Amino acid sequence: MSDATTPRGSTEPAALSREDVIYVAQLARLELSEAEVELFTAQLRTVLDHAADVASLDLAHLEPSSHPIAFENVLRADEPVPSLDREEVLAAAPSVEDHRFRVPHIGSEAP
Amino acid sequence: MTPDPASAAGALGSAVALAAQIRAGERSAREVTEEALAAVAARDGDVHAFLHVLADEAAAAADAVDAAVAAGRDPGPLAGVPVALKDNLCTRGTPTTCGSRILEGWRPPYEATVVAKLRAAGAVALGKTNMDEFAMGSSTENSAYGPTRNPRHAGKVPGGSSGGSAAAVAAGFAPLGLGSDTGGSIRQPAALCGVVGMKPTYGRVSRYGLVAFASSLDQIGPFATSVEDAALLFDVLAGHDSCDSTSLASDPDPTLPALGEGVEGVRVGLCRDLVDGCAPDVQARVHEAADALTGAGAKVEEISVPEFGFGLSAYYLIAPAEASSNLARYDGVRYGLRVDGDDAEAMNIATRTAGFGPEVKRRVMLGTYALSAGYYDAYYAQAQRVRTLVMRAFDRAYESVDVLLGATAPTTAFDLGAKVDDPMAMYMNDVCTIPSNLSGHPAISVPFGTGDDGLPVGVQVLAPALGEATLFRVARAVEVHAPAAVAARKEEAS
Repeated sequence: MSDATTPRGSTEPAALSREDVIYVAQLARLELSEAEVELFTAQLRTVLDHAADVASLDLAHLEPSSHPIAFENVLRADEPVPSLDREEVLAAAPSVEDHRFRVPHIGSEAP
Repeated sequence: MTPDPASAAGALGSAVALAAQIRAGERSAREVTEEALAAVAARDGDVHAFLHVLADEAAAAADAVDAAVAAGRDPGPLAGVPVALKDNLCTRGTPTTCGSRILEGWRPPYEATVVAKLRAAGAVALGKTNMDEFAMGSSTENSAYGPTRNPRHAGKVPGGSSGGSAAAVAAGFAPLGLGSDTGGSIRQPAALCGVVGMKPTYGRVSRYGLVAFASSLDQIGPFATSVEDAALLFDVLAGHDSCDSTSLASDPDPTLPALGEGVEGVRVGLCRDLVDGCAPDVQARVHEAADALTGAGAKVEEISVPEFGFGLSAYYLIAPAEASSNLARYDGVRYGLRVDGDDAEAMNIATRTAGFGPEVKRRVMLGTYALSAGYYDAYYAQAQRVRTLVMRAFDRAYESVDVLLGATAPTTAFDLGAKVDDPMAMYMNDVCTIPSNLSGHPAISVPFGTGDDGLPVGVQVLAPALGEATLFRVARAVEVHAPAAVAARKEEAS
């Protein structure tokens, strides 16, 4: 999170760099070639340049809206209903073992 | 055969007429389905509206409708009507790819609520239609399975992201189609293909089983060849669903009965901000539509909502931010593609790198950036404040008018390949449709004449939340006075 006291209307974020693109690709679990880094940096910069019109607006007086309609504590009746069929769900998985999703070993765990 | 760009119903006839004939036993659902499948077989090689044609399932569904009619049971308001489904709607046991390699071969273990409602209403699901990958695009060129061509002109895009459903209806393959609209993905392709396309109020139609793109914006809605058919389909789709936590609690009154009530006294705001930036021929059609509404008794006044000008930038921060979160689920573990790696993370990265196309990668990265430390407040939170600004601007506009009128898209259909390498130019297509997604309001595109190039122009009507009945009524008046309808009446009279 950025500093919540950053004043609106005076600071615009710095231009997107190649390093930013490489960093967000890592966060998004994507691997980019050198050519893709170049291309995406230029393209995303164009989009963010266009977004400068809103980044520079003074809107501190407005609350952010996450949804068009306010939803609160949406609960259905607590009645048991059948859930998805386990075999049907597992049939769509790339790899299954013993009725569970099978994945390669995680992190530094021994295989 | 290309249907007349200006024509109303395709070769199969309107959905309202078809359902009536089938319910009355005058036509069999099986015969209609076979006619639709024959049209697809004859022409979809050129159009590529469908990714999967469900021939056997459609025939079985049609037989069930015919059996119900024979047994004296009511098969429902969409009895035997073929419907084209966008491929981001889950159909149990049949492929649902979202136009992406990452979901190639996936067969959902459950049915989208809208699909279940269609089946219960007697409709026949003809197949799954092409789309920009995960609904990200405005031309259907971002599909991993190749583009769809505009049935009105093979060198032009059909618009997007629901280009396959729009093209299927425009080509006469099915009288009805379903799409999803996050920033204009129903209305813009409807305009470019010369059909009716409508986005309902946020929460009015259940999204259970719609593969999520941007959850605060996505809505499912109808494509049709007439406003009446679109209203018929909307009435089937609308209503509460306990499987969708954003579904509105109330069930709406049907819109169809009031469709022909006219627009006498209805206050229409001709919105300069949804017209002025458009091509001159598009502007001219919108002004003609406004004049036609005046002639029909509506009170039309020009208004300006300058806040709409910030919608595009806000949308292209909010939608990618939500997409980056929603698409985190494609990790190669539970469904879809897996590309092996030495450990789980390497497998995740290899899978997503191979499975997503360039536009999806751009949006996921843009969204990740807008949500990341140091930029969250400047971009994402700021875009959400702009959303509030746009919502308040709508509220103010609706103090003096009942509906707004503008263009749907800035131009008629553009050439295949023209914008696919220039994301910002592609995004500009959504400039007139985005405000209604930010506000969650309903809006509809109605064909109204053609541009200088002879391709269809769409006029957009916007209404406040839950204003669907008024929206359809005004849209119907626009349709009645569209050049094609006027010409058809003249021909009939002579």
